[in-house]
Amino acid sequence: MKYLDEYRNEAMARKIADEIHRLVTRPWVLMEVCGGQTHSIVKYGIDHLLPEQIELVHGPGCPVCVTSLEMIDKAHAIARRPEVIFCSFGDMLRVPGSEADLLVLKSRGADVRVVYSPIDCLKIARANPGKKVVFFAIGFETTAPGNAMAVWQAQRQGIGNFSILVSHVLVPPAMEAILQSPLNRVQGFLGPGHVCAVMGYREYEPIAERHRVPIVITGFEPMDLLEGVLMALRQLETGRAVVENQYPRVVRCEGNQAAQELVKKVFEICDRKWRGVGSIPRSGYKLREEFCDHDAERLFDLKDTEKQEPSICLSGLVLQGVKKPHDCPAFGTQCTPQHPLGATMVSAEGACAAYYTYGRHLQLEKKETAEA
Amino acid sequence: MTTNAPKISPGDLMGSCPLPLGDYQGIVLAHGSGGKLSGDLIQKVVLPQFRNELIEVLHDGAVFSIGDQRLAFTTDSYVVNPIFFPGGDIGKLAVHGTVNDLAMCGARPLYLSVGFIIEEGLPMDDFRRIVRSIREAADATGVILATGDTKVVDHGKADKIFINTSGIGLVREGVQIQPKRAQVGDKILVSGFIASHGIAIMSVREGLDFENAIASDTAPLHGLVEAILATGRDVHVLRDPTRGGVTSALSEITQSAGIGIRLDESAIPIRNEVKGACEILGLDPLYVANEGKLLAFVPAAAAGEVLAAMRAHPLGRDAAVIGEVTSDHPGFVLMKTRIGGSRVVDMLSGEQLPRIC
Repeated sequence: MKYLDEYRNEAMARKIADEIHRLVTRPWVLMEVCGGQTHSIVKYGIDHLLPEQIELVHGPGCPVCVTSLEMIDKAHAIARRPEVIFCSFGDMLRVPGSEADLLVLKSRGADVRVVYSPIDCLKIARANPGKKVVFFAIGFETTAPGNAMAVWQAQRQGIGNFSILVSHVLVPPAMEAILQSPLNRVQGFLGPGHVCAVMGYREYEPIAERHRVPIVITGFEPMDLLEGVLMALRQLETGRAVVENQYPRVVRCEGNQAAQELVKKVFEICDRKWRGVGSIPRSGYKLREEFCDHDAERLFDLKDTEKQEPSICLSGLVLQGVKKPHDCPAFGTQCTPQHPLGATMVSAEGACAAYYTYGRHLQLEKKETAEA
Repeated sequence: MTTNAPKISPGDLMGSCPLPLGDYQGIVLAHGSGGKLSGDLIQKVVLPQFRNELIEVLHDGAVFSIGDQRLAFTTDSYVVNPIFFPGGDIGKLAVHGTVNDLAMCGARPLYLSVGFIIEEGLPMDDFRRIVRSIREAADATGVILATGDTKVVDHGKADKIFINTSGIGLVREGVQIQPKRAQVGDKILVSGFIASHGIAIMSVREGLDFENAIASDTAPLHGLVEAILATGRDVHVLRDPTRGGVTSALSEITQSAGIGIRLDESAIPIRNEVKGACEILGLDPLYVANEGKLLAFVPAAAAGEVLAAMRAHPLGRDAAVIGEVTSDHPGFVLMKTRIGGSRVVDMLSGEQLPRIC
């Protein structure tokens, strides 16, 4: 398939992998920031093509995973109301709150709908004037423009029965938090391609400089990821630490300025609690005051509650790249996608769920690769 | 990479103890998705009550003898939404699906029953269209609609129309087709491009208009099965990968036969437009439903001949060998990825849900 198969080509993959093998002289730890990248790496077995010296650790960039339990419980409290049509991205439906998940609420009669875009919710709101349509606005900078656009249009078109429950998070503060942690092992980043398609990559330059880490803005196809590793490795092996763009077919240095302006118009920066990690200052978006009529947190009377994650769960450390999923004693036994104990097992993009789905706990692939 | 994960047996992974899969207090949609939860529901709730040697085979239908005749018997219900879709409708599907379940037992389909559950308010024209479609599909397949039933429920108590069909067919002497017979060394063939049915349905549901509309592949497979059996080769397993797609069907077979499967991703035929739609919708085509495709397990020595027989049939023109049975990793399907890596392809945990990015 054009524009896709070229980036999933075995001969090309081998060529880049060979170059990586040739260049590497010592162990390095790289973190891919996005859940989508983790998913690709495990789905295609990209890490199996890399030399042993290069360790990929998986970053916090799975928006579904890092949405706090408290926020999920708020979403469920809203979805339970008979006057509400609750809309969400698909993979949020399976994420358990304290009591149930959205699929279970749906089976009990809640009107829960999967949408591909928050703009679809405006149609639903117009078609159901007697209902309150609420969209669960999660995600990084990537989904922020779409969510901002939905709110902005709702206000312009006077669609009063549409609101969003905002749980937006931002990548750069999370990267800073990882680098500042005393446990940090990350020496270079594969940066978030789609986040940068929106935001550009200027804001990553001070991080690269301050912490002396290479940051290579990277795409999501196998070729992209291998090339991203190669570019980061070249920097590490030659002692450089700058921001480079592996993904120029999508990402420009200044990003998508129209999208940025819209986001700025609708959202402002706030502190945000990340599931498994805790509160990170100035790491999220909330709706600006002038859009409060579309802010579900204000429209519905919701209680703030403090929730505890199961103590055995290592997801906080996995999200920070300190631990791997299979380092956790509960992984694949007490903790599975059907019964997740923590953040990284709940979404397909979470590192633990990706490892589980693609059988990383079974120790089958290494043997197979050796045979090949 | 080092792993210190505890040793896990396939049984653990697939939902026997200790996974708390059964702790749902009510039925959720995923119990009907053909994945792990469906399997769990059958294993934990249905089988303990129904247990007998026929149902335990867990094949698409039961095969038994009455006098000197070997019969195949199967049933299936159809609840597809929308009821009309590119390439077919619920009526056609209800005939093809049950005919195919019989064909997967190696049977020649003979008689069908048809049961309707209709929601009050269904337009009469729609009902007429569905009934006509059932008759046309039955005529084309050569099965007789021998008996039927009609029930109507209050508005809101069903979604337009649900159909159940049961079928009876004759199994030839010497034909022994069931999942347990998958053997190490068997080649695995697929009869053509996968994932069209599920994508056709999803495109209508999501209101996606593609340049080339993707049509469902719904088709009766008994003719193709006849062609395969006419080679006289010993076909071990046939399976139509419907709900849950190719991987769920293969996963199930690894479980029942206690074998492993090695798949080659680049050998699996998928049309470009289906691949594109899957990318857009965030779905994996390996888990998407088919309604006119079959998987065949045949001894390696017979693979060439069976493949040629399939390709000579209009419904098997694009058939391909996609993998083989191995004694390694029993209970699991391992796939060589397009770029030369490898991964386990497991049954779906629940409904396949589109990913956020």
